[in-house]
Amino acid sequence: MRYKIARQSLALPFTLFLLLFVLVPILFIVYYAFTDSDGYFTFQAFTSLFTSTTKLNVLLVSILIGLLNTALCLLISFPLAYILANPKYNKNYVLVMLFVMPMWINFVLRTGALRDLLSIFLGWCNTTTGEHPLFCTMIGLIINYIPFTVLPLYSTMLKLDHSQIEAAQDLGCNGIHTFTRSIIPQAMPGIVSASMMVFMPTISSYVISDTLSEGQIMLFGNSIYLSFSNSDWNGGSFMSLIMLIIIFVVMLSTKKFQGHDDERSAAW
Amino acid sequence: MVAKKIFAYTYIYLILLFLYLPVLYLIVFSFTEATYAGQWAGWSWNLYPRLFQDKEIMTALGNTLIIAAISSLLSTLIGTLGAIGVFYCKKGVRHFIEGLNQINVVNAEIVIAMSLTVMFVFVGQHFFGGNSIFSFWTLLIGHCCLSVPFVYLNVKPKIQQMDPALYEAALDLGSSPNQAIHKVIIPQIIPGIMAALLLSFTLSLDDFIVTAFTRGSGLLSGGSQIETLSTLVQSKIKKGAVPPELRALTTIIFLIVLTIVIIYSIRVNAKSKGKKSFGKSHAERRIGFNANPLN
Repeated sequence: MRYKIARQSLALPFTLFLLLFVLVPILFIVYYAFTDSDGYFTFQAFTSLFTSTTKLNVLLVSILIGLLNTALCLLISFPLAYILANPKYNKNYVLVMLFVMPMWINFVLRTGALRDLLSIFLGWCNTTTGEHPLFCTMIGLIINYIPFTVLPLYSTMLKLDHSQIEAAQDLGCNGIHTFTRSIIPQAMPGIVSASMMVFMPTISSYVISDTLSEGQIMLFGNSIYLSFSNSDWNGGSFMSLIMLIIIFVVMLSTKKFQGHDDERSAAW
Repeated sequence: MVAKKIFAYTYIYLILLFLYLPVLYLIVFSFTEATYAGQWAGWSWNLYPRLFQDKEIMTALGNTLIIAAISSLLSTLIGTLGAIGVFYCKKGVRHFIEGLNQINVVNAEIVIAMSLTVMFVFVGQHFFGGNSIFSFWTLLIGHCCLSVPFVYLNVKPKIQQMDPALYEAALDLGSSPNQAIHKVIIPQIIPGIMAALLLSFTLSLDDFIVTAFTRGSGLLSGGSQIETLSTLVQSKIKKGAVPPELRALTTIIFLIVLTIVIIYSIRVNAKSKGKKSFGKSHAERRIGFNANPLN
């Protein structure tokens, strides 16, 4: 019995670390979100979310840009992953690695390079990056998040049941129906996890939107960063808390969604 | 079929070109000394010696590597021991700790950074007489917070695949629990540990937000705030174009990453040739990457 106790105690530093540096900081965020700078309890941050248009704007713009980026990344990556995972087209793993490789080059450097490059391109059209903040930010977000969508989609596409797709075709499905009724349902887990990996990091991103929109587009990340640079711990904590709530709501709702998916396939 | 194939490859290479365009742009203009990339001032290697003479960049690079090395070693140690320990815990305790671990996996980096910062501010105000406690140590904690959960997730499946009888056998054959862990458990989970180490190293290298929030003075920066590559580049590009010396640095980073990818791919291709099912071996390899996405 003695050695069993020894093995479990190996988890002690790990558990302490998580408690002290993950759980306790979140409690601090909750505490700061509902107090003012003198430490008194207040709902001021909470009410200001619904009264101040800037904060409400941050919320809406973040969610819209997050959805747009998720949709565009999926649209670009879906055929890409299909081609990469299909042995008819590609048997070379190096090609997949090439799509992941940009992630290992410092992303601030890549963002800066993209900004410089875009300002040259836009210069040819006699305009500047500052005049097209949304366009530039979207390009930056897409370039940065494509690798994150390609990977999960690729790994579900590897498991595609090609005999089911062929059966669908044999049973009279045309190209579109095969796609919507066989390929999409089979790739659903990959689509969900790819969306997760893009949507949440997008709304909390700071560097990309700050650099490429020249500070004109405020996402959650920018708003929290602004509070940090103004040492506004209460405001920053409140925005972080909202972000945290969004994350957990999205996580829970996709869990439900995946549950429905299981039920459907079980019923089928 | 041929037309389809041409179309498929055109699509792949167009997207690749799109992804690599910013990096390629810096690399091409790293061979000319013009102040702004986009202007060509004749071939020159001068940016490379200039890069190594640039004290600011070299300090930032040194800081980045030191922090990445220490934080990845530390978080791999904590996470691996944690994974071994949690595996032998009772079900309820295990679920609780795994739930705790999952928080930072799904959490946004900026929320992790903000929560730590708020806690450090509070501790500084109330326990250190209003002095700031931001230093190398708070930065180290921040980086470990990013990577420890992923270390756990990388090592855990390896422990689950392990044959539990081997540990008992080692004890029966007279080894102490410590020896059994050293000589039986660790060698079996070493691939997971190495993947975790690599992952935490790259997470730390690339990090901007947590560094910007939790850093203080120290390391190679001496009395001033610690600059890492990310924070230095960010402060530079906020003022203007990417500085010429950093173009040379991009080329060097690109070549290092490319070499690693080529070596890795050759090994993967060699291994998958030995296996019958092409797809499965790749799907298995996914475990190594699927954690990276949250930075």
